[in-house]
Amino acid sequence: MEQQVATFTVKKGLAQMLKGGVIMDVVTPEHARIAEDAGAVAVMALERVPADIRAHGGVARMSDPELILKIMDAVSIPVMAKCRIGHFVEAQILEAIGVDYIDESEVLTPADEMHHINKHLFKVPFVCGCRNLGEALRRIGEGAAMIRTKGEAGTGDVVEAVRHARAVLGEIRRLQTMAEEEVMAYAKEIGAPYELVMETRSLGRLPVVNFAAGGIATPADAALMMQLGMDGVFVGSGIFKSGDPAKRAAAIVKAVTHYNDPYILAEVSRNLGEPMVGRQISSIPEAELIAGRGW
Amino acid sequence: MAGKLLRIGVLALQGDFAEHIAMLRRLGVQAVEVRLAKQLEGLDGLIMPGGESTTFGKLAQDFGLIEPLRQFGQQKPLWGTCAGAIFLSKDAHRPQPLLELMDITVERNAFGRQVASFEVDLDVPALKEVSDEDLPFHSIFIRAPLIESVGEGVQVLARLEDGRIVAAQQGHWLATSFHPELTGDSRFHQYFLRLASAQK
Repeated sequence: MEQQVATFTVKKGLAQMLKGGVIMDVVTPEHARIAEDAGAVAVMALERVPADIRAHGGVARMSDPELILKIMDAVSIPVMAKCRIGHFVEAQILEAIGVDYIDESEVLTPADEMHHINKHLFKVPFVCGCRNLGEALRRIGEGAAMIRTKGEAGTGDVVEAVRHARAVLGEIRRLQTMAEEEVMAYAKEIGAPYELVMETRSLGRLPVVNFAAGGIATPADAALMMQLGMDGVFVGSGIFKSGDPAKRAAAIVKAVTHYNDPYILAEVSRNLGEPMVGRQISSIPEAELIAGRGW
Repeated sequence: MAGKLLRIGVLALQGDFAEHIAMLRRLGVQAVEVRLAKQLEGLDGLIMPGGESTTFGKLAQDFGLIEPLRQFGQQKPLWGTCAGAIFLSKDAHRPQPLLELMDITVERNAFGRQVASFEVDLDVPALKEVSDEDLPFHSIFIRAPLIESVGEGVQVLARLEDGRIVAAQQGHWLATSFHPELTGDSRFHQYFLRLASAQK
């Protein structure tokens, strides 16, 4: 048998290797090395963390490939990068420079308000955000090999990540107690491909790895998402917008591994310095919220 | 297995430990997650899963697991898949914490980045010890390491078509560059359980 590359098995397989880990947003090679030394399983290379994207305003696009390449050179762990929703050419460019995963991300300004990228056409795997089971399964239907909650990026407020995690996991629990003849109507109701709904029902979980993202700022936030049943955690602005990034990064890594041990969580939460300032989501005008981008 | 239930640990600092545990349970073995040194007690063997070897190293160091794992490995079988194999090795060409037990030198990310990850069928003659079927083993390589060289007393279990080493055994230590836990084929796990029951 010939070697087969870019199969769905190897695409979703990389996400399986990231489970129980923390993926950190970094904007410089130096940040990337801090993240790797702290025990990050991967880094997300970008020009601005979400909190700064919010503050900066304007159109947020894919980062300069030069910056991403420098970060890829700096670390041995996988490097992810973001493209805009529906911007398949940004994705082609990210694939061409060899990033390990693409995040088709609502944090950037969407390029298409109707359609997401056909991710089956790419060799590089994709992770996409979701707010509920239907959205997760639509993205998987388009070829996403990993899912994350959208949360509300750049706020340091975990409430939306919790809402989205509870929505997905709660809907899966409901699906499992449903009679089989009710599943088609349910698939129609949530706007998800029937086959993927059936697969989720028999697995009792999403068919791909499911991380938490959007607003996670402390070890306790990270452990909360793990105890809710997520497979791992993305931390965006929460680390490098805090007082002592190296220390906080290492503490969040430990919290994700020992998420069920309150004594270790207490220990790693001590003396971390200032967390990111944060913004309560309820104080943000509706038009500035980003989780509603994509469908 | 001498009628006694084997109790196998899976290092659960990070990575795809749940896949290993599911496979072990399917084989009727007691499988437990190991995050702290005290959880090694009473185990008949330990699997170190796929994941990120730098993360394993950092967490193992910070929680005082390196020495206990070395001591455990002197007595009991260890098996590392991918990142676990790196962690088990003597040398990974890079300053990162390793158990430095198995006399192999590994090259991390030897095939390149994720787009080069692949699946292939391999001949693994040693698996005849656990199965009468002489079928190839379907092997999944994800940003995989290569076993660049092996020391004396290390037996090569599998090579790619071009001769490069991807599975090896030294006494009761096993290293695979690929991920049997991602397949439905339990022969590698059975092979490891044989080592564990022989040592029990």
